[in-house]
Amino acid sequence: MSDPRELYQQVILEHNKKPRNFGKLEPCTHHAHGLNPLCGDDIEITLVVEDGIVKDLKFQGHGCAISQASSSLMTVNVKGKPVTEAETMVEQFREMIRGKLDPATDPHLLGKLTLFQGVKDLPSRVKCAVLPWATLHSALEGDGATSTE
Amino acid sequence: MNAKSLPTATHQMGHDVGGLDVAAIRQDFPLLTTPFHGKPMVYLDSAVSGQIPQIVIERMDHYQRFEHTNVHRGVSTLSQEATDRFEEAREKVRGFLNAASTKEIIWTRGTTEAINLVAQTWGRTNIHPGDEILLSAMEHHANIVPWQMLAAEKGATIRVLPMNDAGELLLEDLDALLTPRTKFLGLIQVSNVLGTINPVKEIIAKAHAKGVCVLVDGAQSVPHLAVDVQDLDADFFVFSGHKLSGPTGIGVLYGKKALLEKMPPWQGGGSMILAVSWEKTTYIGLPGKFEAGTPAITQAIGLGAAIDYLQGIGLERIAAYEQQLLTYATAQLSKIEGLRIIGTAHEKASVISFVLDSIHPHDVGSILDHEGIVVRAGHHCAQPVMQRMGVPATTRASFAYYNTKEDVDALVAGILKVKEIFG
Repeated sequence: MSDPRELYQQVILEHNKKPRNFGKLEPCTHHAHGLNPLCGDDIEITLVVEDGIVKDLKFQGHGCAISQASSSLMTVNVKGKPVTEAETMVEQFREMIRGKLDPATDPHLLGKLTLFQGVKDLPSRVKCAVLPWATLHSALEGDGATSTE
Repeated sequence: MNAKSLPTATHQMGHDVGGLDVAAIRQDFPLLTTPFHGKPMVYLDSAVSGQIPQIVIERMDHYQRFEHTNVHRGVSTLSQEATDRFEEAREKVRGFLNAASTKEIIWTRGTTEAINLVAQTWGRTNIHPGDEILLSAMEHHANIVPWQMLAAEKGATIRVLPMNDAGELLLEDLDALLTPRTKFLGLIQVSNVLGTINPVKEIIAKAHAKGVCVLVDGAQSVPHLAVDVQDLDADFFVFSGHKLSGPTGIGVLYGKKALLEKMPPWQGGGSMILAVSWEKTTYIGLPGKFEAGTPAITQAIGLGAAIDYLQGIGLERIAAYEQQLLTYATAQLSKIEGLRIIGTAHEKASVISFVLDSIHPHDVGSILDHEGIVVRAGHHCAQPVMQRMGVPATTRASFAYYNTKEDVDALVAGILKVKEIFG
């Protein structure tokens, strides 16, 4: 990464400042708590899944701009999608952050989430970006808790 | 270098700035003189680990090339000389702490292992159901978790000596917390997060008046101030080599001889035995009783060389210089709008934790990293301190004798860039 501005783009900063879908769904059908013990990033995700569709989801918690913006953008992009598609996005997001999926050439469902591809050049921040996705995966799997450690 | 030539100190005093020739000192550190992300290295993370001078690296290299075999074994000249070098390092530590005897200096892997050793030997023998273990509110995890594990095992209770918003222990609460059930006090000498220098001598005297045993965690104090364990009257004192410009994997437990002698051994194995049979095994005396297996010989010799290096510069001159840096850095950082220093004790070592507006410390740390500035961002292995101060994490800049005012200026410029990016 030649400049931190490539990562800290306006969209990311804006979602950090005003996260979308912030809060907790009660009642919910799925939930999970995600913790990044290295950094102290701490988020909780609640979902309402009906007929295999993510009808609604919210997140709450605290953490760095990368984890907060990643959580916010994830909720925006996953809401209304089939669970199978959400699981595919979890996998593709992880692959992109590990540098194994190039959004420019490989097919993907990530849309705006490709903003986070710069994180692959910042190994110490990978866990921050991936935390909401790992937590979503745990919620959909019914694990209830996850850790990026 | 050949087998005959040992590395010797090369740096000369002169051109002193505030008592230290820092420009010359910096030349002793390969890492500090190598560009980082294409920029001059600004290393402000010595509280996480100190940088290692060339002479220490060379001393360990020399040992491994020309002097190495196992210690306390065999009759070969090589083994005897390796043992001599290893024991000379122990004597250097003894002198460094002003302990009464090398029998009181036990090698460990570091501060954490030293505390676990005390918890599992002295603690298991002396802590009983209903007893109280008192810890200060500014301990780091290494001086919390081993005692929680012991308390759970023994049915003992952990109590906490609180601190004020500046990060100073509330000594007026100490007497009430030293109850007839209190058996042990664990106390950090310098807070790794807040920089607070605790009045450990005064606290130890009060604890001893109630018959309470005291362990002082010196991990963050030994790099900043001269320690005299006899003057402090500490029962146990622990530190790590790598905070002291030495290598990782080596640390020290100092304990009063009378206490160590009564404690059971910890790990069993070679080196710590007098005689082994299927029927009965007997143990050797101090310090070997607590040093089962092959020790970290290279690292012990490296730590000895690091102590020589620091004493060559002078611990009191280091302390005085670092206080100047702390004063300057505190003044410069305080000018930044939205920056709040966490830890404003009257007596501080050169460690500054801060929060910046509502920007998370990891974002601050990442952007500073890009500017070639190494700081720590996070909970600093002291989550209860974060909870007490009401912040999830801080950014921490820690200054050592090889840092300069220019490093402080680079930090300030880096923080202003963070503010600019976050608008």
